[in-house]
Amino acid sequence: MSTQPLRQLLESAFPDATELDVIDRTGGGDHFQVVVTAPSLAGLSLVEQHRRIYEALSGPLADGTIHELRIKTKGAA
Amino acid sequence: MSYTDKIKEVIDGSDVAIFMKGTPAFVMCGNSDRALQALRRAGAPVTAVDVLPDPQIRQELQAISGWPTIPQVFVKGELVGGADIVEELEQSGDLEQTLREKLGDGYAASRDEKTVALA
Repeated sequence: MSTQPLRQLLESAFPDATELDVIDRTGGGDHFQVVVTAPSLAGLSLVEQHRRIYEALSGPLADGTIHELRIKTKGAA
Repeated sequence: MSYTDKIKEVIDGSDVAIFMKGTPAFVMCGNSDRALQALRRAGAPVTAVDVLPDPQIRQELQAISGWPTIPQVFVKGELVGGADIVEELEQSGDLEQTLREKLGDGYAASRDEKTVALA
């Protein structure tokens, strides 16, 4: 999978994002790093922030197209 | 056969529990290793469970925690996170602070590391 579908899922889940990036870590289309900074994440624990990412990407996580996911989130604007 | 009761027993009964791929002596995944190394740097007493012997362990763990990836780290029954969070908390010093708050100041004295086999 290319990074574009994942980016779209995150963009619709975090329309307020000030920083949003999806990186294919290995070039193989299944190991990804996502970076999301959004005011809507402010005040949430890291566990809750990562849960929001998992929810946004639940489709590709469940069907196995994402083999490995690294997450970096920030709540600040 | 269900693992749910055993999984809950480890989560609730351990100071620090890590569900990982492999064991501390033979880690089978880079992310499990990242989490384990961060816990070791923080001096955490670790109870490890290998999820690989039976895929059902991972499924039942996910149903309990609502967390879709491995590893998963719990302190005193509460999900702290996966490899990214544990690493981030260790680097900021927040992991040690959490361990001190939940386990007491002398938590690092034991440096206990044990493995529990569920399957």
